[in-house]
Amino acid sequence: MHPGSTRLGGTALTLAYDRRTIAEDLTVAVPDQSFTVIIGPNACGKSTLLRALSRMLRPSVGTVLLDGRDIHDRPARAVARTLGLLPQSSIAPDGISVAELVARGRYPHQGLLRQWSREDERVVEESMAATGVDDLADRLVDELSGGQRQRVWLAMALAQQTPLLLLDEPTTFLDIAHQIEILDLCARLHEEQGRTLVAVLHDLNHAARYATHLIAMRDGRVVAAGDPATVVTADLVAEVFGLPCRVIDDPETGTPLVVPAARRRAAEPA
Amino acid sequence: MTVLRTPGGLSVRIRPRALAVGAGAALLAAGLGLVAVGSGDYPMGPADVLRTLTGGGTPAEQFIVTELRLPRLVTALLVGAALALAGTVFQSLVRNPLGSPDILGFTQGASTGALVVVVLGGSSLALAGAAVVGGLATGLLIYALAWRRGVHGYRLILVGIGVAAILTGVNGYLLTRAPLMDAARAVLWLTGSLDGRGWANAGPLLAVLAVLAPLVLVGCAPALRMMELGDDTASALGVPVRRLRLVLLAAAVLLVSFAAAAAGPVSFVALVAPHVAKRLTRAPGPNLLPSMAVGAALLVGADLLAQRAFTGHQLPVGAVTGVIGGGYLVWLLAVERRAGRL
Repeated sequence: MHPGSTRLGGTALTLAYDRRTIAEDLTVAVPDQSFTVIIGPNACGKSTLLRALSRMLRPSVGTVLLDGRDIHDRPARAVARTLGLLPQSSIAPDGISVAELVARGRYPHQGLLRQWSREDERVVEESMAATGVDDLADRLVDELSGGQRQRVWLAMALAQQTPLLLLDEPTTFLDIAHQIEILDLCARLHEEQGRTLVAVLHDLNHAARYATHLIAMRDGRVVAAGDPATVVTADLVAEVFGLPCRVIDDPETGTPLVVPAARRRAAEPA
Repeated sequence: MTVLRTPGGLSVRIRPRALAVGAGAALLAAGLGLVAVGSGDYPMGPADVLRTLTGGGTPAEQFIVTELRLPRLVTALLVGAALALAGTVFQSLVRNPLGSPDILGFTQGASTGALVVVVLGGSSLALAGAAVVGGLATGLLIYALAWRRGVHGYRLILVGIGVAAILTGVNGYLLTRAPLMDAARAVLWLTGSLDGRGWANAGPLLAVLAVLAPLVLVGCAPALRMMELGDDTASALGVPVRRLRLVLLAAAVLLVSFAAAAAGPVSFVALVAPHVAKRLTRAPGPNLLPSMAVGAALLVGADLLAQRAFTGHQLPVGAVTGVIGGGYLVWLLAVERRAGRL
């Protein structure tokens, strides 16, 4: 794939639930082999955009294109072999083991007479190894910690073997160490396996550090898109989040680091 | 889990434990059935029953077995299997262990249909037909009321419980309007009974089950398994969530309605059979086939008890399943509560 090409994107999208319009005239493109991160304040429409890109929400106007075709023109199962999604909330059935749950990621590749191929077995093992849950294979998912569980869900999404993988706030509910662990894992998957990742993230500094392509949204519009080093500026953060701040170089990585301005009132005695 | 593979790249997954549970329950149902067919005012040993079933025996034995007792047994097997399959599908779709047709109002709807016929007067065929219509109409009503960008578990349960409450009231009213003799017949029907069931009762249910069981077991089971992970995850895995839910709800409502038409609204089988199967197989996911076998065994066993437990006094089978099922539910709640899962 040459730079600038894109397999997934949407043009002039209007996204709405019933009659409540979330976004209008929204145009986005996900660069191939990028780690694209969507940021924005609460209720700016970033998760809604991810739902539209993953075929879960049909745009009321406009089309989402996957490999040049309307994503709704293709059967759900065919899309699921190209594009995976890790939703915000998933339910682990009672009494399911890690290996069984990860194996469910093979569903779009299976059929009535092709229920469990050697390929399935190999991919599940590789996915568990890539996310470091291989030694948990026989444990019950109910017994795991939040960080372990998120790695198991990620392993399931990997087992789907899709070149494109969408992640809806994959770090929510995790403590800081596990947040970094998941993001490091995503970065490694992106670099080593050449997958295109699209993630919705809350933390601006995480986004700036890990993304290769950043999409900043506010009120259902894309305010800026591009390389984090050029997109993340004090002006943009003020415009998107309404937060006065300074942007400095991250001493670890050299990527932009957002430091919120101190509130003068905080210094006054209560 | 065992996998069978052919050189051509075909592979089939087999769960030995689930298979064993299904086979065990089916054998148990057959054994209980043999005893049931052999018992009564004209007792027969299992060997005599088998000989008669395979074409031997006296003409009298032939008549007793194939015309009187076998239809009742077959109806019991089919009703048990159909209710268990419907219950498993409902519980899996709404992701709630209490999501059975007794609680969601479908059974009450079938009863309303039947009671209307009792009040207006009509044949037993009309009664069965009205039960099917009542169940289906209730299914449509609940689906329409619960629909909001698709039908989701909790909305379906809440709307179902509301509709069930309304229909229970309607059913009570209809009973008071019925002439006394008919009301007594209606109460017996409402409890669920297999008394005097003939091939005419078993036939329609057999046809429905013959179509829907393969559809659900072969066509929908793998996708239903994915639905347990949540709508979003199932959808991401390529399951057409809305269409699948509609198909499965329709299939389950049809099964419940035809089962009610055959034997009345037999309580608790749909609720309990999936739990028993799950405990025995210890497998996550809907255990459709084992549940069906357990349901069949449960109903045949309950009917045997209902007929023979009290000499000279027969109970309607629904009374027995109610006592067994209710007791099991209380026990389940107590155990789950102690284990901290509820």
